[in-house]
Parts: sequence; structure tokens; C-alpha cells
Amino acid sequence: MFGLEALMLARIQFAFTISFHIIFPAFSIGLASYLAVLNALWLATGRPVFMDLFNYWKKIFAVAFGMGVVSGIVMSYQFGTNWSVFSDKVGPVIGPLMGYEVLSAFFLEAGFLGVMLFGLSRVGPRLHFAATLMVALGTFMSAFWILSVNSWMQTPAGYAINAVGQFVVTDWWAVIFNPSFPYRLVHMVLAAYLTTAFVVGAVGALHVLRDRGNEGARIMFSMAMWMAAIVAPIQIFAGDLHGLNTLEHQPAKVMAMEGHFQSHPDGAPLILFGIPNSAEKRIDYAIQIPKASSLILKHDLNAPLAGLDTVPENLQPPVGVVFWSFRVMIGIGFAMLGIGALSLYLRWRRKLYDVKPFLRAAVLMGPAGFVAVLAGWITTEVGRQPYTVYGLLTTAQSASPIHAAAVGASLLAFIVVYFALFGAGTFYVLRLMNHPPHVAESGLAPDKPVRAGGIMPGPVMDATGALPVAQ
Amino acid sequence: MLDLPFIWAALIAFAVLAYVVLDGFDLGVGILFPFVSGEAHRDEMMNSVAPVWDGNETWLVLGGGGLLAVFPLAYAIILPALYVPLTVMLLGLIFRGVAFEFRWKTRRGQFLWDWSFAFGSIVAAFAQGVALGALVQGIPVVGRAYAGGWWDWLTPFSLVTGVALVIGYALLGATWLILKTENHVQRRAYDIAFWAAPATLILIGAVSAWTPTLNASYLERWLVWPQILLVGPVPLAVIGLAYVLLRGLTQRRELSPFLATLGLFVLCFIGLGISFYPHIVPNSVTIWEAAAPDNSLSFLLVGATILIPLILAYTAYSYWVFRGKVNAVGGYH
Repeated sequence: MFGLEALMLARIQFAFTISFHIIFPAFSIGLASYLAVLNALWLATGRPVFMDLFNYWKKIFAVAFGMGVVSGIVMSYQFGTNWSVFSDKVGPVIGPLMGYEVLSAFFLEAGFLGVMLFGLSRVGPRLHFAATLMVALGTFMSAFWILSVNSWMQTPAGYAINAVGQFVVTDWWAVIFNPSFPYRLVHMVLAAYLTTAFVVGAVGALHVLRDRGNEGARIMFSMAMWMAAIVAPIQIFAGDLHGLNTLEHQPAKVMAMEGHFQSHPDGAPLILFGIPNSAEKRIDYAIQIPKASSLILKHDLNAPLAGLDTVPENLQPPVGVVFWSFRVMIGIGFAMLGIGALSLYLRWRRKLYDVKPFLRAAVLMGPAGFVAVLAGWITTEVGRQPYTVYGLLTTAQSASPIHAAAVGASLLAFIVVYFALFGAGTFYVLRLMNHPPHVAESGLAPDKPVRAGGIMPGPVMDATGALPVAQ
Repeated sequence: MLDLPFIWAALIAFAVLAYVVLDGFDLGVGILFPFVSGEAHRDEMMNSVAPVWDGNETWLVLGGGGLLAVFPLAYAIILPALYVPLTVMLLGLIFRGVAFEFRWKTRRGQFLWDWSFAFGSIVAAFAQGVALGALVQGIPVVGRAYAGGWWDWLTPFSLVTGVALVIGYALLGATWLILKTENHVQRRAYDIAFWAAPATLILIGAVSAWTPTLNASYLERWLVWPQILLVGPVPLAVIGLAYVLLRGLTQRRELSPFLATLGLFVLCFIGLGISFYPHIVPNSVTIWEAAAPDNSLSFLLVGATILIPLILAYTAYSYWVFRGKVNAVGGYH
């Protein structure tokens, strides 16, 4: 189809379905924790505004989570439909990790989501809070296992290869806690928190701009800015450590990220911007700081750094994509740092809710986390090419023996369906966000009648969201 | 015989069965959407499954993910062979899954999500039935890979199993609605169950009679002395449950039709297991050939032993929290 072979179509299909999918968990990991915090604050202080905020974000969470569930089911079948040889060879290693993800995360989320969304009036505030915590724990466990799988593909450890060519495990601890896993887990969970913080901050800023006195909007904006101020610098530090880990285990990926086509025996420059020219093996129009890359990566101005000229051509990752996606991620990271720092200054001057350009900037930064997450994933996954299991199994060796027409047709179907349905979902989420948070926020859809009590006996919520009195 | 691959085959079979009966009734509710008019009534139908559908579909992820973990060779052969029906199923599940939330977010576009829910449920159910039929009729394997084309799944048999599963899920959905709803929706559910029940029974009979003709080993399994003593009770139990189902419907009972339908699904599944065993890919790959090395199986078994009972416990808790009849404004949304 379109002259593309089955392998390329399968890669595009995986990239497309996983890119769409990662948007939802990146948001729901952070939002589940935020909901748990709001729920805890409501229980601790009894202030109705926290239940209003909980209900406000709960409706958004439900839509995003639903989209995450259905796009996630697709992922658990993609390995087999398009990458069957990979599944056969690597299944004994990564399969059980994904099995643990289903058993310890998906069921936990799914089992308690219903209670969290619909069950407050049926089970009472404490059990409901426990359900919210379980959902948040589930999202974290899911990240833990799936990042372990991904990290193992990047930095395989604890394995042997058996007679039929399958990877088998010699040491589970080494498989799960493989060399890049701790870095990747921290980096991704922080990314999810930052992504959510900037969405919450943007919604808060939008409603503060419209009505400076909206208490719910002020609280969510303030909480989000605290997150930005605290987590953005930690994330940049964690990202730097992750980069050093990548340099140790996947040097070719770092060469592509840095745009180092050539080796630099006495100090490599940090290329800030430029246009990678893979044909000529150089960066055109490069703006660079001499020796700074060696300083960052080796903590020594004159340390030698090898370039892609030391890697055989057929084992190099594509430089252009990796170079650009890395810079997009870094750029957004520093923009987040800037917003966080400014918020601290404005808070100190007691003008956090008053500086309109700052509030507008916060609104604009709303989707920034998603872009950064996608750019970061593109950097690390494209940078892993031409391998699926780094250094051991190539992407070309991993694909299913399936006709290109089948892969192409299903790819087209996924593209059409995802854009139509998740486009509609995004529209509904944005419309929910456009509603100002208000007093007595219902846990119900905007156009549905409110019922104060459940059918079954249990503590009854009154419409203001105050804690129920003992009965 | 009671070794790790056998235990895991039983666990995977349990996961798939749990999926079929649990998502079966909520897919069934979707399949019945076009047959019940009135938005308030549809609200009621959707509310009856809204808090639990997500957990139900998680069994499908466990079935797929579990197969990759413990029978990677079977996963690597079956999924490419069923490429088209599985892809169609996934797309159908997306259409219906998003409807649970989207339907409440718009008034003008609500009919769109009604259709999305119904269409997605019907397509997903049909594709599952087709996939099952294609697996039963056999998959060509060479070496460690699927060796057929991408349209091999399409046969008269697989189309019939596709239709059979849609009707069977419709019956599960109808008997679920009898249990969970009142008044108009419940009356409609009885009406639907009255034709879905005989249709399901006829299709079960047709598929059961057809299956042994596909493959000599299936025939052997069912009609050879003395094995017939072991497998014979299955069709007898089907007849018994058919009686319970039809009697429950005529006597307007609320619980027994649902339980009898669940029982029919379990029996059909056991029947399939009898036909397949010891193969996981019919005729070519046994569960022992497909199994991952023992240390992968035992590593995951530790977790499964602890977590599956926990999952069943909190799933049961969730059903208990949402027990009783629902209504259109039942506080769910």
C-alpha cells in the first residue's frame, strides 16, 4: 500500500496506536493522584470546595480514563497481530511482566473505578476514599510494570537464549529492575504529574481570568503552580540522570539526540539548534556551545565523545527525528521550569492571580505536557532503532508474516476511528473544562437530574458536598 | 498431567470464560439497544452495566496478555491468523467503550452514541464469534508461524459462529436486564428473551453438530467409547438448562433465566475445551509445545495465585455495591 512494505506499515501502526494511547495514561496517572489528594483534603478539612473540585475533575477523569481503557485493549493485541515473531521470542520475558500489570493494575483500576465514580452515596466517604486511592495505586502499578517491560527492551538484562531462539529469564530481579528502569520510571511518573499539573493549571488560569473570585479556580491554579515549581526542576535533574544512563547503555541514541555525526576526541560541542543532514553526515546551520556536551555528559570539558562515525551505518537510529523530538522535549521542560519559577515570584509578591499575561501563558501551556511526553517517547523509541530488543533482536526480525494489505487496511481503520472517536472525546473534555468550577458541583453529568441519596441505605451526600452527618 | 502448562491452560481458559460471560451480558445490553426505544429506557439499560463494564473487559486483556506470557507460541500463531476479526473486534470495542461516557456529554449528539454503542457491541460480538469459529476450524502452521493468508478465517462455519455469538450475547443481555430492571425495559427484555432463547439453543445445536465434521479428532473426542461416558453429561446438561431457561421465562422469573444462560455459556465453553484438549492451536500445537519455560510460568503463577482471588473478591464487592434494580436516573451520572 502506497509502496510501503508490511514492516514499515506495522511500525507506523504501532507508533500511531501507542502515541494516541499514551496521552490518556499520561493524564490519568497524574489526575488519579490529584483526585486522591482532593478527596483527602476534603476529608481532612471538611471544606466543600474540595469535594466540588473532586467532582469537577472526576467527570473529566472518567472520559479520559474510558478512552485510555479502549485504546489500551488495542495495545495488548498489537504485539501478536503485527509483531508475532517478537511475541514468540520475547514473550517468556515480557509476557509475565505484562501479566502482572493486568493482575495488579488494570483490575484494581477497573474494580474500584465504578465505586469512585458512582458509589459515594452507596459506600460512604471513607470507603469511597479508599476506592479513589486504589484507582491511583492502580495507575501507578500500571506505569511500573509497563515501564519495566519497555526498559528491558532498551537495556536487556537477566536473560539467556534457549534452543528455539526464545529469550528466557535467568534472574527476574535483573529483568524487572534492569539498568534503565529506575530512571525511566521516575522520569515518566514525574512527566505524568507535570502533564496533569499543567492541564489543571491551565483550566484554573482560564477561570481565574474569567472570574478572579472563583475559589475553586484559584485553588486548582495554586495547587498546579506548586507542582510546577517543585516538580519541574526535579524532572530536569531526573532527565539528566536518565540521559547519562542512556549514554552508558545506548550510546548511539545519545549521539543521535546530540546530533554528533562525527567523533570529538577533545571535547564535543553542545548543538542547541541546527538541521541534521544525514546524507552529508553533518548538522547544517548549527548553533553550538563548544565543549559543552562533553561537560554535560562527562563532566569534563575536554572528554572525548564518540560520534555516529563509530557505529555501522545499518545500526544507526534515524538522526533527524531523534534530534528534533529531543529538543522539543527539552524546550518544553525549560518552559515549565520558567512558569514554575515565575509562579513562586508572583506568589511571594501576592500577585499570583493578578498578572494576566502570566495567567494566559499558563493557559497556553495546558497541552505542553502531552507534547513533551510524546516527544520524549519518540526520542527514546526511535532512538532504539533498528532494534526492538536493544542490540539483540532487530525490528525487521520481529514482524508478523502478514500481508502488507492487511496491515495497511487496519492502519487506515485505526487512523479514521481514533481521530473521529478520540477527537469527539477530546472535544467533550474541553467542553467540561470550559465550565467554571462552582459551588455544589454535582458528580453527575451537567444535564442529568441530581439525586441526593442512593437506592441502598448508606450515608447520604447533600448537594453542597458537605460531609454527611452521622445517622 | 497436573504440571504448570496444564494449570495455566486452565487459568487462561478461566479468564476467557470470565470474559465471555461478563462482557457477554454488557455487550448483549449494547446489542439490544436498537430494540428498546426511548432515551430514558436506554439510560436505564446503560446504567445497569456502567459501573462494571470496564472490569468485565479487563478479562479480555488478561486473556490476551496471559496468552503472551504463558503460551507465547500460541499467541504468535493465533493472532496473525485472526488478524482481521481481532482488529474489527478491537475497533468495535472502541466504538462501544467510548459511548459509556460520551453518551452523557451531549444531548444533540446522543443518538450518535446510541448507535456507536449498539453498532460497536454487535460488531465486537460478531467478530469474536468469527474468531472463535476460525480457531475451531483450524489454522495452518509451518515451523513457529502462521502459514495461511489474511482471509482464511472467512468460511460459512465462522460466519455462523459469529451470528451465534451475537444472538447468545443478546440472550445474556436480555436476561441480565430482566434481573436488573423493572417495568417497560424488563417487559421488553422478556419479549426479546422469548425469541433469543430458542434461537440460541438452535444455534448451539447447529454448531455442536457441525464442529465434529470439521475435524476427525473432534469426532473421536465426542463419540468414542468409553470417553462418551465422561463427555456425555455435557449435552444432557445443556438440555436441562434449556428447560430451566424456558420455564423461567414463561413463569416470569427474574434470576433463573440469567443463571441458566450463564450455565449454557459455561457448558459450550467446556464442550470446546473437550474438543481442543490437549491442543491450544487445534491439530498443530499442544499446550506443552506452546508453553513458555517453566520459570516464566511459575513466576506469574505466584502472582496469579495471590491476585486472582483478590480480584474476584473486589469484583464481587463492586457488584454487591451496585446490586438491586437500576433506573434511568440512578445516580450513576
